[in-house]
This record gives sequence, structure tokens and C-alpha cells, in this order.
Amino acid sequence: MTPLQEIWVYLAERPLFALTLTLATWLGAQWIFERSGGRAWANPVLLSVLALSVFLLASRTEYATYFEGAQFIHFLLGPATVALAIPLYHQLGRIRRNAPAIAAGLATGSLLAVASTLILLALFGAGPLLLASLAPKSVTSPVAMALAEQLGGSPPLAAVHVILTGILGASFGPWLLDRLRIADEAARGLALGVAAHGIGTARALRESGRCGAFAGLGMGLNALLTAAYLPLLGGLLSG
Amino acid sequence: MLAALTGLFACQLAGEFLVRALGLPLPGPVLGLLLLLLFLVLRGSVPKSLEVTANGLLRHLGLLFVPAGVGVITQLEPIAGAWPGLLVALVVSTGLALAGTGWLYARMAHRPKGRKA
Repeated sequence: MTPLQEIWVYLAERPLFALTLTLATWLGAQWIFERSGGRAWANPVLLSVLALSVFLLASRTEYATYFEGAQFIHFLLGPATVALAIPLYHQLGRIRRNAPAIAAGLATGSLLAVASTLILLALFGAGPLLLASLAPKSVTSPVAMALAEQLGGSPPLAAVHVILTGILGASFGPWLLDRLRIADEAARGLALGVAAHGIGTARALRESGRCGAFAGLGMGLNALLTAAYLPLLGGLLSG
Repeated sequence: MLAALTGLFACQLAGEFLVRALGLPLPGPVLGLLLLLLFLVLRGSVPKSLEVTANGLLRHLGLLFVPAGVGVITQLEPIAGAWPGLLVALVVSTGLALAGTGWLYARMAHRPKGRKA
């Protein structure tokens, strides 16, 4: 090995490398997103995940090695979730006034997500493992993984589809809502949170504090609602 | 800023504890969010440093999902075997959930004065 290769092999194994690479990729993806004028395909989460996945596969780096460095970023998800209390607090008045609209939108979106997933997968001939793993895919990942397991699905498979759903909704959701002429910031936020959980909420926060607050609300309420009714479908799935 | 960060961690810790102690079906950080919200309601305002720290964290919320997102590469095999169905189910169901929630809320919500629908 040349000295340069030796240095590379050493650094590639250190947490600092994965950490720096993730931050730099994110900054680059954000630059592209802003330069593109906020296009759906240029969503920074979508671009970063794609670029880093291609890099890891091409360099044959194990995900576990990568995560040793990336975990320091991942760790901040907890306190960031708690911090959603601040935009929510600023919107409490509006939330109280619109409680019936929130409940109706939440229940409709949650049931549509679960029912259409199950029907479409069944039409494509997917087995019970996929049905159970994907049923809770609009729900934030810790709850979705627990629900998938309860239904006889695979938690890692559930987590991956939760993430893919979030990236898809966050990237193309605002575009779809524009096409449907849904301009109300609260409506857009609630929809992004119910359909695309935390990644949708991250996108909603870019539109406005109100949009982000309603997304956080949609994410939290959809986790609670789906956890309440999905286990009742368990018999249906296995039968 | 350090006090605000400590407060956020403390709320998460309390949330994680209560979720396990009471066997609740929601993640610890979400309960931590509710605890912080309760604190803010009782206090009647948001401390300035907490507002600044929270905004800083939330401005880059998307970044925090990237490490978990890259985990997709660990599940490429089961996905590759069934990808047409998975793709259709993901796209259609996410679109329906977005449209259904957004449309119904926008129809039912009170319109603020002087704003377009």
C-alpha cells in the first residue's frame, strides 16, 4: 500500500471522517436546493441520502462503520423533537380553534395511508411480512417499528420504508399541495406531518413556523392514532 | 444556550423515563415535547435563550434524518425483490394521505380575516 492509501484506510475507520462527510454533504445538498429554487428533486435530505449511499456502496464501507461517526448527528433528533414544543406553543390558539378540522384531516390522512398501502401491496401480490412492515410507514420510526413487530413484520424493513415515505413526502409533497391549490400554511403543515412524519416536518419548517408547528402536531397525533387502531387490524393481516 | 440545551435534554430524559415506566405507546422525545409544552403554557412565555437554541436545532432538522436515511442500504435485498409494488404503494399512499389531510383541513378550518383560501 502507498502511504496515501494507508492514511485513507486509517481515516475511513475513524468517526471523524463519517461525521465530517455527512455535514459537508448536507451543506452541498442545501446549496443545490437553494440554487434550484426549492425544486422537489433537490430536497436536501433526498440528495444527501442518495450521495452518501452511493459513496458507501462504491467504497464498500459498512453502514455500521459509517454510523459510528454519523451517530453524533443522529443523537440530536431527540432534543430537536422536544424543541418542536416552541413552534407548537406559538400556534396553540389556532390549534384550539381548529381542533375539529385537525381531527378530521388527521383521521382521513392516517386511514388513507394505511388502507391504500395494504390494498396496493396486496394487488401486487406482496406477502404478510411486507404488509405488516409497511402498514405503519407514515408514522415516526420508533412507533412504526414497534407496530410492525406487533403485527408480525420486520422492524428494520419498517424503518427503511418510514424513511423512504418521509423523503418522498418531503420532496414532492409541497409540489403536490401546490397542484391541489392548498395554500393554507396550517393545512400544508398538517398534511406533511401526517403523511411524512419528521422528514415532512423538517420540510414544513422551511415554509414557516406555523407550517412546521402543524407538521409537528400531525406527526405526534398520527403516531398516537395509528398506535391505537393498527394493532386491531393484526388479525386481518395474518388471516 | 447551554441552559436551554440542558432543558431540552432533561425533557427528553423525563419523557424516556415516563414512557418506559408507564408503558406508553409513543416515543420518549414526543412525550418530552408534551412536557416542555406544558411547562411553556404554565410559564406563559418562551425564554429567549430557549427560543434561539430551538430555532438553531430546527433549522437543520432535515440533516438529523440523514444518518438513519443512509440505513436504506442495509435493506436493499428485500426491497429489490418487490420494488414495483413497493414504489407504487409508497407514491400513491403518501400522495393520498397528503391530499386527504390537506384538503379536508383547508375546507374545515376557520379562515383568518383578509387571507386567501
